[in-house]
Amino acid sequence: MSESDIMSEQPDSRGHFGEFGGRYVAETLMPVLIELEAAYKEAVKDPDFMSEFSRLLRDYVGRPSPLYLAERLTAACGGADIYLKREDLNHTGAHKVNNTVGQALLARRMGKNRLMAETGAGQHGVATATAAALFGMECVVYMGEEDIERQAPNVKRMELLGAEVVPVSSGTRTLKDAMGEALRAWVATVDDTFYVIGSVAGPHPYPAMVRDFQRVIGDEARGQVLAMAERLPDMVIACVGGGSNAAGIFCAFIEDADVKLVGVEAAGLGIETGKHSASIGSGRQGILHGTKTYLLQDEHGQVLNAHSIAAGLDYPGVGPQHSAWAESGRVKYVSITDEEALAAFHKLTRLEGIIPALESSHALAETAKQAKAMGKGRILVVNLSGRGDKDVDAILRKDEG
Amino acid sequence: MNRIDAKFSELREAGRKGLVGYLTAGDPDIAASEKSIIAAVKNGVDVLELGMPFSDPTADGPTIQAAGKRALDAGMTVTKLLAMAGRIRHVSDVPIVLFGYANPFFSYGYERCCRDAAEAGVDGMLIVDLPFEEADELRCHLDKHDLYYVPLIAPTTGSERIGKVLEGARGFVYYIMVTGVTGAREQMATGLEDRVKTLKGLTDLPLAVGFGVSNGEQARLAAKKADAVVVGSALVKAAQAGTLESLVSELRSALDE
Repeated sequence: MSESDIMSEQPDSRGHFGEFGGRYVAETLMPVLIELEAAYKEAVKDPDFMSEFSRLLRDYVGRPSPLYLAERLTAACGGADIYLKREDLNHTGAHKVNNTVGQALLARRMGKNRLMAETGAGQHGVATATAAALFGMECVVYMGEEDIERQAPNVKRMELLGAEVVPVSSGTRTLKDAMGEALRAWVATVDDTFYVIGSVAGPHPYPAMVRDFQRVIGDEARGQVLAMAERLPDMVIACVGGGSNAAGIFCAFIEDADVKLVGVEAAGLGIETGKHSASIGSGRQGILHGTKTYLLQDEHGQVLNAHSIAAGLDYPGVGPQHSAWAESGRVKYVSITDEEALAAFHKLTRLEGIIPALESSHALAETAKQAKAMGKGRILVVNLSGRGDKDVDAILRKDEG
Repeated sequence: MNRIDAKFSELREAGRKGLVGYLTAGDPDIAASEKSIIAAVKNGVDVLELGMPFSDPTADGPTIQAAGKRALDAGMTVTKLLAMAGRIRHVSDVPIVLFGYANPFFSYGYERCCRDAAEAGVDGMLIVDLPFEEADELRCHLDKHDLYYVPLIAPTTGSERIGKVLEGARGFVYYIMVTGVTGAREQMATGLEDRVKTLKGLTDLPLAVGFGVSNGEQARLAAKKADAVVVGSALVKAAQAGTLESLVSELRSALDE
C-alpha cells in the first residue's frame, strides 16, 4: 500500500492501513468478520439504509451538532480563534451514539437481534444500550469491575435502558479486559449476536466502519467552518484513546494538506512514570484484539496496563489508522497529562459554561497551547467529543481528596 | 523428516489414534511445568503443544487464562520457552508445536524465533490469532527451517474457505469442534462425524479434533473418525491437581480401545 492509499483513507482488501490493521483473530471469527464486511459494503450502497441512518442522526441524535466560536476561551488563550465541535450536545452526551446507531441499523439488516459491546467509561455501553432500546433488541455490555465501581451512574443508565451489564474480573478489570471478554463471548454466540465495537479498533472491518459512521463529525465541521469563517481551519485537534472521534473529524480534512491535524493521547501521570496511555507516543508495533497497531507492551510482548484519569482513553492500543497516520506524518500525535486535562476541564467550564468530558479535556488542553503559539487570525477547530456530567463525581472526589 | 509427519505415519501404521496434548509452559513455574510436560509425554502424549502464555488470551476459557497468568507471574518469556523446548528435546522425540498468540512471537521477531525454534528442536507453530490471511510473514520463515504452520479450522469455516486454509498446510489439521473458548465441556459437539468426513474429503493430512475434551470417554468418541484428539484445559487442570499422569493414561487407554 502506498502513502496515497493511506491518504485516501481506505484500507486494502484485508483491512491493512499500510503495515497496520488487518484481522488477527481466531479462525472461528474470520468467517463472521468477512460476512460483516460484505454486509456493511452492501448497506452503504443502499440508499434506503443511508437515508434511514441520516434520518436517525438528524431526528434522534440531534444532528448536525453546532460548531461554536468560543470567544471567551479564545480571548483567554490569546491566539487563534477556537471553534468547538459540539458532540457533547448529541443524545446520550457524546459522539459514541453516531456509531452505535449505524451498527444497530446494520445488525437489524443482517437479522441479528442481540447487540453486544465492551465499555470503559460506560459511554459506549450507554450508547449501545440506547440503540438496542430504540430497535427493540437485546443488549449485553461487558465492563471491567473497576470501571463499574468508578462509573456507577452509567451502569444504572444501561440497566434502565434494558441492557445486561456483565462484570469482568480478569486482568486489569478495565476496558482492555472488557474487550477481551467481549471477544470471548462473541466466539460462543456468533450466530445471533452482533458485536458493536465502540472505537476505530479491533479487526477489519471495524476500524474503517466505525470511522465511516463517525465521519459525519468531520463532514459537518468542514462545512460549518467554511460557512462561518469562509475558509478552512489551520488546525484540527481531537483526543485519541482508540481514536474514533479523532478519526471521524480528521478524515474529512485529510486531503486538505494545509490543515494541520493533531491527535492528543493521554500522558496520565507523565510519560516518564510509565502510567499513561500514549500508545503512539511511547509504544511499539504489536498485535492486540484483532489488529496490528502501536501498543503499550513490555520487552517480551506482553501488553502493559494503561492509565488515564479519563476512563475512555485508558486503553493500551490505538486504532490502526492512527498508527498509519502517525507513520506517514499526516497527523501529529502529542500527549497531555491528567493534571493538564483537569485544568482544561475547569477552564472551559468557567469560561464558557460548558462542562467537557475528561477525554475531550485532553484535546482542550492541547488547544490552549496551540492557539497561543499560532497567534491571532488563525483558526483552530477542536472536537468536544463528549460532555462531562459523567465525570462530575470523580472531579468532586478529587477536589475533596 | 519432520517429527510430526513421522509420528502420524507411525500411528497410522500401528492403527492407533494420536493424543495431542496442550500444556502452558511455565505454569506454575518453569521447573514444575517442565517436569509435568515430560511426564505427560512419557505417559502417552504423541504431539506436544507447548503453550506460550499471553497477557490477553482472548480465545481461552478460565482454566488456560489462569494457567497463563501463573506462568507470566513466574516470568515466562519466548526466550525461556525456546530453552525449555530444547531441554524437552534432549529427553524425548515427541513432536513439539509452539502454541500461543501472535504478539509475544512477533515481539521476539518471527525470523529470529523460527531460527531459534528450529535449533531447539521444535517442529511447528500454531498461532491462535493468526489466520492464513495474516500468516505469510511468519510462514515464510517457518518454511525456511522446515517448521510446520498448523492450520485451525472452526465450525464456522465454510468449505470454500477450508480450501484456502489448507493451501500449503503441512503436519496436521486442527479442527475446533465447537464455537467458543477453550475449556472442558460436559456436552460434546454434535454433527462432528459429518464435519470430519467433509474435511477428510478435502485433505490427506491427519486430522486432530479438540476443544472441550476432558476425559477418556469423550476422547474415544471424538477420535472415532479423526486421527487424533487434542486435550488442553483438562491437562492443565490435572497438572495443577497432581493427577496429570493418571489422566494421560486414561486418555491413552481410551484411545487405544
